[in-house]
Amino acid sequence: MNFDLTEERQMLQDTLRRFLRDRYDTATRNKILDSDTGMSTDIWNELAELGVIGALFTEEQGGFGGKGFDIAVVFEELGRAGVVEPFLDTAVLGGGLVADLGTDDQKALIEEIIGGTCQMAFAHGEPTSRYDLNRVQTTAKADGDDIVLNGHKAVVVNAEAADHIVVSARESGNIDDEAGISLFLVPADTKGVTVQGYALLAGGRAAEVMLDDVRLPASARLGKAGEAFAAIEARTAAANVAQCAETLGAMDTATQLTKDYLMTRKQFGRPIGTFQALAFRMSDLLIEMEQARSAVINAAGHLESDRKSRESNVSATKNLMGRAGRLVAEDSIQLHGGIAMTQEYELAHIAKRIVMADHRFGDTDHHLERFINLAAA
Amino acid sequence: MDLSYTDEEKAFRDEVRTFLDEKLPKDLADKVAGNDGDDLTKDDMERWHAILNEQGWLVPNWPKEFGGAEWNAVQRHIWEEECAAANTPRVVPFGFSMLAPVLQKFGSKEQNDYWLPRMLNGDDWWCQGYSEPGAGSDLASLKTTAVKSDDGKHYIVNGQKTWTTLGQHANMIFCLVRTDKDVKQQEGISFLLIDMDTPGIEVRPIILLDGTPEVNEVWFTDVKVPVENLVGEENKGWTYAKYLLTHERTNIAGVGFSQAGLNTVKRLAKSEMAGGKPLIQNPHFAARVAQVEIDLKAMATTNMRIISKAAAGSAPGVEASMLKVKGTVIRQEINDLARRTAGAYAMPFASEAVEGSNAGLPDPLGAGPVAAKYFNNRKLSIFGGSNEIQRGIIAKVTMSGGA
Repeated sequence: MNFDLTEERQMLQDTLRRFLRDRYDTATRNKILDSDTGMSTDIWNELAELGVIGALFTEEQGGFGGKGFDIAVVFEELGRAGVVEPFLDTAVLGGGLVADLGTDDQKALIEEIIGGTCQMAFAHGEPTSRYDLNRVQTTAKADGDDIVLNGHKAVVVNAEAADHIVVSARESGNIDDEAGISLFLVPADTKGVTVQGYALLAGGRAAEVMLDDVRLPASARLGKAGEAFAAIEARTAAANVAQCAETLGAMDTATQLTKDYLMTRKQFGRPIGTFQALAFRMSDLLIEMEQARSAVINAAGHLESDRKSRESNVSATKNLMGRAGRLVAEDSIQLHGGIAMTQEYELAHIAKRIVMADHRFGDTDHHLERFINLAAA
Repeated sequence: MDLSYTDEEKAFRDEVRTFLDEKLPKDLADKVAGNDGDDLTKDDMERWHAILNEQGWLVPNWPKEFGGAEWNAVQRHIWEEECAAANTPRVVPFGFSMLAPVLQKFGSKEQNDYWLPRMLNGDDWWCQGYSEPGAGSDLASLKTTAVKSDDGKHYIVNGQKTWTTLGQHANMIFCLVRTDKDVKQQEGISFLLIDMDTPGIEVRPIILLDGTPEVNEVWFTDVKVPVENLVGEENKGWTYAKYLLTHERTNIAGVGFSQAGLNTVKRLAKSEMAGGKPLIQNPHFAARVAQVEIDLKAMATTNMRIISKAAAGSAPGVEASMLKVKGTVIRQEINDLARRTAGAYAMPFASEAVEGSNAGLPDPLGAGPVAAKYFNNRKLSIFGGSNEIQRGIIAKVTMSGGA
């Protein structure tokens, strides 16, 4: 066994951590959060130049990473600094699905994505699907040589900025069937695509995407008709690894801030960390941090395994991160007191990131149930 | 033992229900139902105060001699429960239930005659100047100073207060200030009433993590306060402050809020689908809801036991601290359930902290800003004496033999 990062990943981690420490402080982020687009093009381009996006694709896809541990290294640093730019949506989800399923023509996009000049989104969830990946009501119907999409996609992160949206739609079967779901690569300016955007509590932007008779050539389909579910599940697993690593980084920031605060804030004439009641809670957070780090390693390390082992590790990790994350976020705020309730203090954003991660790709309960079902299968 | 209300208490409850039915404006109730009242404007709150004042129910806690309803603890509890169920705005507590009891017990006749009617008529909006950046849980270490002017007619106040809730609406602030630096901390504090329009006062909003500007910093630079605005005796302020804090803890259990919140969670979880079934039928989710409901039922009875004792004249001591801890833990758990229920739709956020800004956000369940509420209510276990301070009080009282 060896838990050391490879030399390349270590270098990537060091470079990213240094860059973000210098360039991405609370004031910078708060400015980005207040902006209309919810992201900084400068930061995006600079991070792309540092290789952040390339690290999320394999060599054959045109990148230099793409494995579970590459994703984990990148996103832990993005999470540590509370980066709100949509790397997960553009690279891991949208770009990842194109890389997994696309024809050579379609895959031409990957180079642009890695270069930082193309934004992507993945429009899959719907108003009544909650976290169920198989529930797709949006329809794709053949009309001559064309395909026509109709439906409503919910909380599509980065949809406004996206140049292309990967859209799931049902070509056959019932609303909850895994079979019958297809993916389509839809240019954002296609007629019939309406994007109603809004900000998100933990940063970034999303939109309701309405598809009204969106007419596409059959060549817009990604992969085979009706057979996209396996790819969606696998990409969602990669997204969960990314998001759990991001949460881990954010939790590390939260516990560091809390530890520092406990050692410097004085009440009753002494640092409040010298009160045993608070010191013990800090210790519990640090114990949970180690659990969280191991959970992320489990998920990242099994991302390339067979389906059952991959998914069972992903669900285990997402469940643990949900529980540990909530504890770290809530207790970090509580141990700080009022100061952590203020927008201009770093922990405010970090805590929101940690907790709101539970609202994407399945929450603590969803993954508990899924872990049970996978074990029984 | 009898767990139901007496006939008299039931009659009182009916009277309350009829009043709320007839007099609570629907637009106010809607705002409270939608967003826990966080988008109520100053006008909204003053309108509700005026309606209550006309009925004589604005200050149920005050003695009759000062124009109060002088309800007993059970009546006040019924009132609070019915108000929570009907989604009334909360009465802004700083003047009515915090300052007023202090004035009535320690203030001069002139002060009561002047300030209390102004409070009832809505002439003054009070806020609280207690916490400072360096004095939170350790309130007695506060540093804002008040020094008497040479002619003896004024105090000159310098310093900074923080976490001043709704200070942006206030024209008056009651403050704890240091009038003697050379004695034990608690013995050099005085209680002053300060006009917010006095030169040298600056109010700066603090934006909270959910984007709301509900608290403020208040800065004092050579602020002249007439000596008549000293409450009680100089350097006795700590006694008055502690007396006020016991009033801050009324309705501390928040049973009505929790009950209303739990009902909302159940309603939302009936429409939200998960795995092809309503979320409320999911055993993991249902177990979470049931667990909180079981805790809440027990706490409601604890609350009633303590209230009945208080109605019979015995002052609650350590029980208030117990209710604060348990009550806030339960409320926060319900906030957590509410955000879980909303799924991905908990993520959208009205980025501009403006009134009514949630319009336009997708919200198929009609859940409102549940995630913002979850974060905002992390304050419940921090303010009014943090839960750690309450546990310290419980331990000190129960393990040192004295109550």
